Formats: sequence, structure tokens, C-alpha cells
Amino acid sequence: MTEAHDREGGIESFTLRLRRYDPESGEAPYWDEHTVELEAHRSVLEAILQARDRFDGSIGIRCSCRQAICGSCGVRVNGEPALACHTHLDAARGGSGADGVIEIEPMGNMPVIKDLIVDMDEVHWKKIQRVTPWLLAKQPVPEREYLVPRESMVDVTQTMACIQCGACVSDCLAMEVDPGFIGPAALAKAYRFVGDPRDDQQYERLNDLAQDPQGIFDCTHCFKCVEACPKDVNPMGQIMRLRRVAIADHHIRDHNNGERHEAAFATLIKDNGLLWEAELLPRSYGGNSFFGKFAPSAAKELLSSLPSIFKALARGKVTLAGALKPHKIPSEDLKAVQGIYDKVEGRERRYELNLYISGSDEDNAPVVPEQAAVGATPSTVAPPRPDPGPPSAAEEESVTHQGGAGADASADDPEAGSEGSNSQ
Amino acid sequence: MKVAYWPGCVSRGFTPELHGSMAKVAPLLDIELVELDRACCTGAGVIAEHNQELADTLNARTFALAQQVPGAEMMMNICSTCQGAQSECQERLDASAEYREHVNSTLAGEGLSYEKGLTNKNFLWLLVEEIGLENLRERVRRPLTNLKVGPFYGCYIVRPRKRLQIDSERPRDNYLHEVIETLGGTVIDYAGMRKCCGFPIITMNKDASLKQAGRHLGDAIDADADCLVTPCPLCHLNLDLQQPLAAGVVGRELGMPVLHLPQLVGLALGLEPRELGMSKHVVRPTSVIDWSASVVGAAA
Repeated sequence: MTEAHDREGGIESFTLRLRRYDPESGEAPYWDEHTVELEAHRSVLEAILQARDRFDGSIGIRCSCRQAICGSCGVRVNGEPALACHTHLDAARGGSGADGVIEIEPMGNMPVIKDLIVDMDEVHWKKIQRVTPWLLAKQPVPEREYLVPRESMVDVTQTMACIQCGACVSDCLAMEVDPGFIGPAALAKAYRFVGDPRDDQQYERLNDLAQDPQGIFDCTHCFKCVEACPKDVNPMGQIMRLRRVAIADHHIRDHNNGERHEAAFATLIKDNGLLWEAELLPRSYGGNSFFGKFAPSAAKELLSSLPSIFKALARGKVTLAGALKPHKIPSEDLKAVQGIYDKVEGRERRYELNLYISGSDEDNAPVVPEQAAVGATPSTVAPPRPDPGPPSAAEEESVTHQGGAGADASADDPEAGSEGSNSQ
Repeated sequence: MKVAYWPGCVSRGFTPELHGSMAKVAPLLDIELVELDRACCTGAGVIAEHNQELADTLNARTFALAQQVPGAEMMMNICSTCQGAQSECQERLDASAEYREHVNSTLAGEGLSYEKGLTNKNFLWLLVEEIGLENLRERVRRPLTNLKVGPFYGCYIVRPRKRLQIDSERPRDNYLHEVIETLGGTVIDYAGMRKCCGFPIITMNKDASLKQAGRHLGDAIDADADCLVTPCPLCHLNLDLQQPLAAGVVGRELGMPVLHLPQLVGLALGLEPRELGMSKHVVRPTSVIDWSASVVGAAA
């Protein structure tokens, strides 16, 4: 493991520790080390390919475009999911352990076909297919193009940026304990169509994903997919938007306590200013009212939680009085909080600021310093943008006509993404 | 130093030992806590899921209240989930002057207004970045010698890195390690230390939720930890309060004590386990109590 600097910007040595495994061999997985020589700005993928070319032609790695577009070369670098072609060697070495060796493993949550190649068909593409990843067009399909408001298509561009690399699937912590969870990539793809004003099945899609015990309410909100995504798709954020649209716009009541939990939470904060945990749980199971805890579903749940409840009471962690009475903020402040609820929830449309789309003031500031006046021009400031609503005639303009299936065919076609030079 | 202190809801509800131990530890570190008792819940991500502008406005109100505390250097919280939920709202509020103005117009009735750029740090961050590890080391009265502590960070305080300003300059996702070492303890690494405790889906998918908690606890046992420490009371609920149920789900005995961060710090600063509310835990921190009774050098 030599990391000798030849000269600045010149060829350097990088040692890779590759996870090797061939299920057909019957042998256990093992680690294999190779030292390659490349410039520091070269990619981890180039390093793997050099190791394969120079030392061991049997190293299995899938790749194609080498420019972070095809999504074929997802691996784990030093324990974190990444595109091998999109990770510089110097950065990878910076994130390595004390020995400076770059550790490369196959992605997680998917079976290994060989070495760094995982079976995307078995997990990722099955889940993508689960969410009906094509446009179910409103009828009748117009002769020329659909007319929709510009911002309603801008709204889904974040999910359209997905290149189906599987990095988010690899590290999804909900999927780790519940492999049936539909997962971040597929649910982000679901929002791509739920948010598309040309789609005719918004309610059906949402109801399906809300009622599925492994659907939108099975996400554990761990931000792993947000961190994993090389394209800033923010899958978890898309899942939260699916929940928001399902509950607020379609009033979908799911069988998984998702809607009840959210409603109970929001109500208890409005009523008390602070969370009342002893009331939140029974309401999440039994319904969002004082009587929720008397519902059979809540009683069943309370019964199963009795061991914890008794212990908490016995230890003085929870007092009976504390459980029966909420803690509240002072009444003047509570009134102010309730005023905020009334005003914001009373708006005709929800405001939703998506920084991926709007950028920050800094992002939008004029490039030439002289022109950066104190008050930025309106065109440089991203306005708060409401959720996509029904198109108003004045806002309508054309988008490319897609007719039936495959609104963004290249990204949505499982075959397109799964191809690549499989060099095992 | 004086801070506008946001204790959160759970530290005053189901984990009273957290709020209590923080109050005991603060004077030993010369931290003056001015409690934000007029502020409301951060929403823990659930209000933001319900209505993003509502969450942003409620948290902007808290930030504005914090900015009104005379002499406070910054805002401090003791809950990873609060940190994450607040950081998310603050990111949007700080990004756009126009959006901030829009949100502030809702607060105007109360005479409140949030000004861009509040500093809001979890106790863990404040400990490392403001108090300083050297300073902390000098205050240790009962070094955690031979105590094997597994860090449990909680998701909201380690991801997403950009929003939480985690980088090589500020390796905030390694601070628990640094604090445990500074207090004289032995850090135990295990698979689940930066994973999810499962709490957010406890009402939606209890089995998966408890499986997450149970696995991490089991991993920590296998790695030979005496206890875990967490800066998040919601993680504590799943790891401690629900531990007996989690043991059933993963089908093994657990019995792993889980401390709140101020409890671990307090122990090293010479406070007694009982003063720090350790008797309130569902899983008795017997290993920690036995250890503290066995070591010499505790504060007289």
C-alpha cells in the first residue's frame, strides 16, 4: 500500500481493497488488494478497470458511460454507496481508513452476481415495476400536445434526474430489516407520475402505495437515500411529498396508521404546543380524537405494549399524572401557535419551497459582483412556489406530447438502465 | 456561556432524566441555560410532512424567540431529531429572503421576526466546538476508564451531511467517539452506530421498527459494549423503553443499558448515577452503576 506522490498532479499509487465473491464457486467472499497507478483526479472506476486489465481479468464490475449518466457502476466505496465513475481517487483515499486503502464492495440489499456486480433485476427493477412507472394518460389523448402549467412539470424534474443506479436501494435502512419495502428509488419514481399533471391515476396510485404495508408509510426517515443519491433526487423527500398529497389532497385513510399518526401529531401540537406521547400512540392506532384510545385497534396495541408501560411506570420514567395530562406551553403562546396553524392551513394552496428547483439566494445571485445590488432583481430570487395545482388558463403552455406510456422513456425503461458492458 | 436552550418535548415527557441530567451538567461546564419555554414542538419531521410551511413557520417562531434571549451566544438543543427538523427548516428560511419575509409576516402579529443566520447546536456539537475537548478533559473527575461505550448517533444528527455542515473540518458524525475518548472511556464500534433506531415507524410497522432497534443492540452486545450513549431521546425510546419488546422481535436476550449524552458526561464530571436519573431507565444501567461504584477518583 504505497501512496507515493510522484509529483503534483502526476501519477500516484492507490491501493484498492476489492470484495470478491463468486456464488457459483462455492467459496466464501474474500478481500483482494491491488495497487494501481493513476492521477488523483481519475475515478475509482478507472482504478478498478486498471486493476482488472493489469492484474486480474476476472474482477467483475459493470460499467458503461463513465460519466455518471448510465447508472451502471454503483458500488460501495469505503462503506458508502457511490458511482465508481463519479468518485475521484483522491476523495476516495481521503475517506478511507487509517491505512489509506480504498475499500470497494458491491452495493447492499441486493444479491451479488459476481464481485462488484449485484442483481438489479431481482430487487431494484422489480420494485420499479411495482409502481407502474409509466404515464397513465388522461383521456382523450389530445391530437397534438397536452397543455400544462410550466411549474407543474418543473415540480417533477427532481425525480426525473434519477439514473436508476440503485445507490439509494443499496443503503435503505428500512429495506435492510424489511426487504419487501418498495423503497426509495421506486417511490421517487412513483412521485414522478403522481406529480405529473398529465397522469390520470393520481388517487389510485397514492391509495395503492398508502395501503400497502410496505409502501409510503414504511419509510423510516433515516436520510440514507438522500445522502446516497449521486443526482440529488432526494428520494425520502419525494416519499414525504407522496404522503402529503395522499393525506392532504386525497384524504386517504390507510391501514398502516400513517394518516392517523400524522393527524394525531399535528393535532396534539396544535392543542398543546408540545408533544403528548402518551396520547400520540393510542391515537395513531385508534383514531385522532380523545376517544381514539378506546378503539379496539388501540386497545390491542396498548395490551401488547404493557410490559414497557409497566416498567416505565415502575421506574418513575413515566408518571400516571404525566401520562394522563399533557404538558403545554403558556396560553398566550399556544394561541399564537394556533394562529399560525389557522393561517397556514387556511391557505388555498400549500407553499412548498424546493431548493433543488429554486436554488438559494446565493445560487441565484448575479455572477458579476458589481451588479450584485443590495436588492436582488426579482428574476434572481426564487419565489415561494405553491404545490402544483390545477392549471389555470393563463399559465398554460405546451410541453412535449408523450401520448401514452413512457413519458421519459430512456430513464423509465428498465432495460435502458440495466444495460452496460458486463465485464465479469 | 449563555445559550437559548431548547429541551424538546420528549425530554420533558417520556425521558425526564434527559432534561434533568442536562440541568445538572450545565453548571459544571459553565453553560447557562435559558429555557425557551414559550416555544413549541419542532414537528420532528412529521409536521413538515403534513405541511412544510407550517413546520417552517413554527420553527421560525422558535428561532425568533431564541434570538431575543439577551446575551445568548447561540441556541442549543438536546435532541438529534430536533436538530435535524430545525436544520431542515432553517435551511429553507436562510436560503431565500423572500420566503423568510413571507414566513415572518405570519409571525408579525406577535412582534416576532427571524433573522437569517441563527446558530443552533446540539449539546454534542456545542461540547466539541464551543466548550472544547481539552477544556472538557480538564473537568473530568471520574474518568470512564475501562468503560466500554458504544456511540449511537441517531439519523437526524449525521445526515444529510451538507445541511448539517459535516465535513473534514467539522467531523460532527464522529463527535460521540471524540467525547467518549475525552471522558476516558473506550469506544466500541459496531454495525448500527449510525443507523436508524426504527422509532419513526413504530406505529406504522412495529416489527420492522423493533427489528432495527434489536439488531443494533445485539450488535453492540456482540462487540462487547457495556452501554450505549445517544444524543437523541427518540432513539432512547426505541432502544431503552422498547428494548424488552425488541428482544422478543429479534429473539435474543438484550439487556443493554442506553445512556443519554448528558448522563455520560455527568458521570465523568463526578455526578452519581442516581442524580443523573439512571434509575428511571427501563433497562437498568447495572454495568454502569457497578462500574461507577468500583472506580476510585469520583468527586467527593
